[in-house]
Amino acid sequence: MKRDRKPAGVVVTASGSTIPRRPGRTPPPGGRIRLARYAARAAAELSRRLRGGSGTVIAGRVLQVVAPEAVATLASGRDVTLVSGTNGKTSITALMVAALDDGRSVISNREGANTAAGIAGTLAGAGDGRVVLEVDEGWLPWAIRETAPGIVILSNLSRDQLSRHHEVGALAASWRAALAGVPLVVANADDPAVVWAALAARRQIWVAAGARWTADSLVCPACGGRCRQSAPGHGRGWGCDSCGLRRPHPDWALDGDALVGTDVRVPLELDLPGRFNLANAALALAAAATDGIDPRVAVTRVRDVRAVAGRYQRTRFRGHDLRILLAKNPAGWLELLDLMAPDTHPVVLLFNADGVDGRDPSWLYDVSFTPLRGRLVVVQGRRATDLLVRLELDGVEARSLPGTLAAALWEIPSGRVDVVGNYTAFQHALKEVRHG
Amino acid sequence: MADEITVVHVYPDLLGTYGDRGNVLALARRASGRGLRYRVIEVGLEDRLPRTADLYVIGGGEDSAQLLAARALLADDLSAAVLGAHTCFVVCAGLQLLSRGFEDGHGRRHQGLGLLDVECGRLEERAVGEIVTEPVDLPGVPTLTGYENHRGTAQLSGSARPLGRLVAGVGNGDARSEGVRQGHILATYLHGPALVRNPALADLLLTLAAGPLPAYDDPDVERLRDERLDVADPRRHRARRVLLGH
Repeated sequence: MKRDRKPAGVVVTASGSTIPRRPGRTPPPGGRIRLARYAARAAAELSRRLRGGSGTVIAGRVLQVVAPEAVATLASGRDVTLVSGTNGKTSITALMVAALDDGRSVISNREGANTAAGIAGTLAGAGDGRVVLEVDEGWLPWAIRETAPGIVILSNLSRDQLSRHHEVGALAASWRAALAGVPLVVANADDPAVVWAALAARRQIWVAAGARWTADSLVCPACGGRCRQSAPGHGRGWGCDSCGLRRPHPDWALDGDALVGTDVRVPLELDLPGRFNLANAALALAAAATDGIDPRVAVTRVRDVRAVAGRYQRTRFRGHDLRILLAKNPAGWLELLDLMAPDTHPVVLLFNADGVDGRDPSWLYDVSFTPLRGRLVVVQGRRATDLLVRLELDGVEARSLPGTLAAALWEIPSGRVDVVGNYTAFQHALKEVRHG
Repeated sequence: MADEITVVHVYPDLLGTYGDRGNVLALARRASGRGLRYRVIEVGLEDRLPRTADLYVIGGGEDSAQLLAARALLADDLSAAVLGAHTCFVVCAGLQLLSRGFEDGHGRRHQGLGLLDVECGRLEERAVGEIVTEPVDLPGVPTLTGYENHRGTAQLSGSARPLGRLVAGVGNGDARSEGVRQGHILATYLHGPALVRNPALADLLLTLAAGPLPAYDDPDVERLRDERLDVADPRRHRARRVLLGH
């Protein structure tokens, strides 16, 4: 399905038709915005020197204080793609950036600063170029309003940080309201809440990316009726008993490890592990195809992605071969346990409940940890006891070893070890491994 | 002590959003740890409630899931009679389903099963956070710890009594009480899951269902309780300040 480069100002869909992009709004930024960007860049530089890290978030905060309208102004006239969902958004963003990498500049918040401050900070430091932004699912309505994206890519909606998001249904409703008028959504056809929200957009490209976690899809988001995974008369896929909502016919589908479109089959052969990364790549390639990039070309670029913001990274540390993984909600854990099931080597689980982790870890009871039975399991983190008790109830024998990751590894025979953390615990482990 | 206990878990997929499946796991561990055979019957939305069992457990869920569950329960003519005749432990949406009525997100009132003399309204702001209560007339049960995430209130009348006196958190929304106890029904807004964090409450339910139980120690659970109460119980904060001399 090789296509010519798209003409300026249009989006090319999987079926080859075109739709106009939103026109640019306010080109060159005025004096106050220039001042705000200058202050933001200075703050970022200072933060980098004093605290390490990228300084993106502090830059964004400064930008928004000095010029609250800056995000809308800096995004105007640009070619913006937003990526959101409970799971996969960082990976999809990285894969999308890779797929678009034909030498043109692509601006992105690759380090995952995905709320208002992170997005503002990314734009504050951005030069010219195409913009691909990962967006926290709660901030998506804001990001759509501020950046007027041409494309929004949506992976899934499932329970995560319920101390902040409260209810998945409410999040889906806020997405649906925000997506009205968006020119194009590239969305996972296998998630009812995503489909219902995406239907508000002007046009959709559906990707059968799969949904291993279905516990948040039992109630129809449209009418409150019973939603079934295999609905009678609906063929493959989900449908509502009461209203017409059902799985749309996909434009793209995963078949094993290949992405299949109307007239093309692309073996993905990713370096990134897991079925969920095949799904992430499918969404990225489908979105890139709307930009006129042949998926057979795009796939050669995404195959070069070997780690995403430290995730899936393999590294030698303290005599062990570590693989560092992130699991921050039940849907993510379910996918990761599938990935880890064939292995028998030791596992270190790191668990916090700070800020972006969500304050309530009771979701640990929404997923079964029985696949870890029989393995050497060590738990660490500020909420290690919560995890230890959870594992005990599933018959998984684990030890709590407080302290650093290195201290835990001291107790584990050398060799392969999977290190799995939720968000802040994962970041902490990554820092320790990188800086010793 | 009976040698077997049967627990009915009502709509575990639909009403299990805030980790409440853990309540059934905690019951299983504390029963089997004492040599009790333990059987769980999971009831789906299309199934009738089993007419007899030792204990019925209902968890929490989102507003839309709760409405679907309410329709299913009310469609089963005997559900109120079955639940009313047995020991029940119900959480959050479960509490509201067994009340006389509850309000949805649009301010509409919906009928409950009427097993609790309770009317559930809506809080102005969602209650989210750690919660601590002192149990009311629950012999052998120490301070209760949990996590609340709800917008529901519970206004008690008739034979309904609070499950706990509020120490920290929002609970029933009256600044005093949390949960409901009426006959053999124990109802609460506590997630956490409640029976994991409060093993004595799990034991009370097992005792109601199976008779007196031998002691059972679970040091990791006690450590978890301690950690959570250290964080959330203001009385411990005050005691620490006194001990530290400021």
